[in-house]
Amino acid sequence: MLELDLTAELDRQLSVCNACRYCEGFCAVFGAAQLRTAIGSGDVAYLANLCHDCRMCYDACMFTPPHEFAINIPAAMTEARVQTYERYGTPPVLARMIRAPRRGALVAVLAGVTIVALAVTFSAGAAALWTPQLGPGAFYRVLPYAAMVVSALALALFGLVCIALGARRYARDIGAGERFATPAALRTALRDALSLRYLKGGGAGCYDQSRGSGRRRFFHALVFWGVLADFAATTSAAVLQEFLHALPPYPYWSVPVVLGTGGGVAIVVGAAGLIAVKVRSDPRPASTRMIALDYAFLGLLELVASTGLALLALRSTSVMGALLVLHLGAVAGLFATAPYGKFVHAVYRVVALVKNAHEQAGP
Amino acid sequence: MHSREADVAVCGGGNAALCAAIVARRTGASVVLLERAPLHMRGGNTRHTRDIRIAHDAPNAAAAEAYTEEELFADLLRVTGGETDEPLARLTVRESTTLADWMAEQGVRWQKPLNGTLHLSRTNGFFLGGGKHLVNTYYETALRLGVRVVYGATVRELSHDGARVTAVVYEDGACDRRLACGAVVVAAGGFEADVEWLREYWGDAASRFAIRGTPYNTGIALKAMYTAGARRAGDPRGLHCVAVDARAPRFDGGIVTRIDAIPFGIVVNAAGERFYDEGEDLWPKRYAIWGKLIADQAGQAAYAIFDAKTARSFIPSAFRPERAESLEALAAVLGLDAASLVKTVAAFNAAIRPECGVQLGALDGCATAGLTPPKSNWAQRIDTPPFYGYPLRPGVTFTYLGVGVDTEAHVLRADGTRFENLFAAGECMAGNILSRGYLAGFGLTIGSVFGRIAGAQAAQYARA
Repeated sequence: MLELDLTAELDRQLSVCNACRYCEGFCAVFGAAQLRTAIGSGDVAYLANLCHDCRMCYDACMFTPPHEFAINIPAAMTEARVQTYERYGTPPVLARMIRAPRRGALVAVLAGVTIVALAVTFSAGAAALWTPQLGPGAFYRVLPYAAMVVSALALALFGLVCIALGARRYARDIGAGERFATPAALRTALRDALSLRYLKGGGAGCYDQSRGSGRRRFFHALVFWGVLADFAATTSAAVLQEFLHALPPYPYWSVPVVLGTGGGVAIVVGAAGLIAVKVRSDPRPASTRMIALDYAFLGLLELVASTGLALLALRSTSVMGALLVLHLGAVAGLFATAPYGKFVHAVYRVVALVKNAHEQAGP
Repeated sequence: MHSREADVAVCGGGNAALCAAIVARRTGASVVLLERAPLHMRGGNTRHTRDIRIAHDAPNAAAAEAYTEEELFADLLRVTGGETDEPLARLTVRESTTLADWMAEQGVRWQKPLNGTLHLSRTNGFFLGGGKHLVNTYYETALRLGVRVVYGATVRELSHDGARVTAVVYEDGACDRRLACGAVVVAAGGFEADVEWLREYWGDAASRFAIRGTPYNTGIALKAMYTAGARRAGDPRGLHCVAVDARAPRFDGGIVTRIDAIPFGIVVNAAGERFYDEGEDLWPKRYAIWGKLIADQAGQAAYAIFDAKTARSFIPSAFRPERAESLEALAAVLGLDAASLVKTVAAFNAAIRPECGVQLGALDGCATAGLTPPKSNWAQRIDTPPFYGYPLRPGVTFTYLGVGVDTEAHVLRADGTRFENLFAAGECMAGNILSRGYLAGFGLTIGSVFGRIAGAQAAQYARA
């Protein structure tokens, strides 16, 4: 749907919602919409990302198609979110990846694996791919530490800068000249984000088939905390190496391995759960473009987490080298596509939550 | 024992029917629920509800602050002018105290009152997500308990042997089916969607009414009860009827087409003339009279006119008001005679007492001086462009005509005896209690209370 059409469509639909207000208890979107007599494109970008896609409003609405009012807020909001990701994706040439997310993820992973494999071949020699490596520094005998850390940091930094630039433009557009990131608003938004408050559907959960349930929120929490645990694992490993001069691989009961394993398992289970819920979900309150982004991102997460776990399990065997290449290539693919895929939902959503906390607190 | 398909057949698929089905099933009876609508339209007019009136001596999950049984009963006497079946009314009020917990046990969640409904926060409980979500929750519970639900089932006839009903004949797609059962609960709403039936009492005006709820409430089950010999109760002309946007759909526009602009300006008819006091009382106490007021006007048409000063003072409706920079231009957009509208507004503006400080939200006594009809409150000049107008027409919410019942929800027969095993609940018997007038959320109270009683009684009879 064209952007202008979507703004007009949400303006039409939300004027019905503003007259009704029955869905107010599900989430923050309807309270925010009531503050607006007409919906412009900045409002769409804001409300669309404030929407957490719990879809209870679709289940509860007496005006969904075939009713002539044809209200379907989740579908319109989701479509608008995809447009946000594309419009604020930086640089625009890369943001076009959002139109073909599965191909983008595949290309990124293949490129990542190829580059890592070439780097291994040129530094340690191709034999490192199938020769067992044991003892401290085993991984670095496949790929030198410097190569690993410099390329990972470069990719992460590039991604972060791009995401931050997009988020800044987004915040300016939805703020319409107002600074809304007050400390109080940030605190409220962080609490709402970490508790996934608006995936609770006001207590009813998320609607996926014929009823609401807590499944989506549970699996989402698993993935989120899994990613965070893995980030903590990486950080703790860096501390061990830089300050305590202990080189990986670390023992099974060391902090990095426990955190990494826990996080990896959580991601594998959580992402699989989200995929399972998605497969069986009612397609009517959804957008096919967003579903493609979802599968691409969840697939990447599954690949990174499962190769990481496999690497841990088989690190003393001859396949370690090949698994390391696959894992690092997948991580590279995840990092490279992060600014142009579903990962950014977290960023725009938090910005929208901050604005909501600010405007709900009143002047 | 004779062969039967179900202990209890429930005709209808809204709140009262679901309460009956759930209670009957929980009592151990096998239950078939016959819902006339297809799945996506299930739930009758309960789909459009959002709150239920319940008496409570102490704050509970549903409502803050106490609202005693005596207060609720007094409110009922006030709106009906005392015309209520007292035993049924007392029973409803008493049983309402148990509803908040009972509904929560069926999976219903309570939420704080919606924005703009502060006047109901003490007396009414708001369920999360409104009526369709309530209906979905009840269906989920009923199906989980093992109630068999048939959608698209139109009840045609109640087969009976004197005072005992033996089967329900219903149409399922193209063919008639006969459901032999031990007891029957009819909870299928009023007849407001049958325009021909409305025409019997309202003449041609009925064809210009919007029906705010489901098109499936055509009173077929009500007629089947009359045919079986049930006693009529309630005023056949009784309608709950409000002012809705004339651009609203013919059916099922729900709450979003209601126009709340009336106290903030003036209302004129097709001749461009005012016809009733727009500021007679607080809007929640007056909105329900405007449907009939408009029904009495030529062509069942009226127009709410206001200006920029009050344009954002009320909950908007689904359609934006018409808007123009001058009254003449607004009249043209609305299809009114410009000279008449200008003259009416000028006369109204001339009757304003400018020293009176208008305070929206409370009775401010800012009345017109020497104008007929007067505007008793919130009267201020209509002089600040842009000018706005909503075209209005009557929108019927429900009808009051039903069948007589006793305190066990048994349907009464024309001769004063009662049916052994035919029970009624909801809108088709609410007229016994709410004979006229309106009490927000009380229709659901009657439906829930009598639904539960009917379900329990039907199950008990069928399993005895």
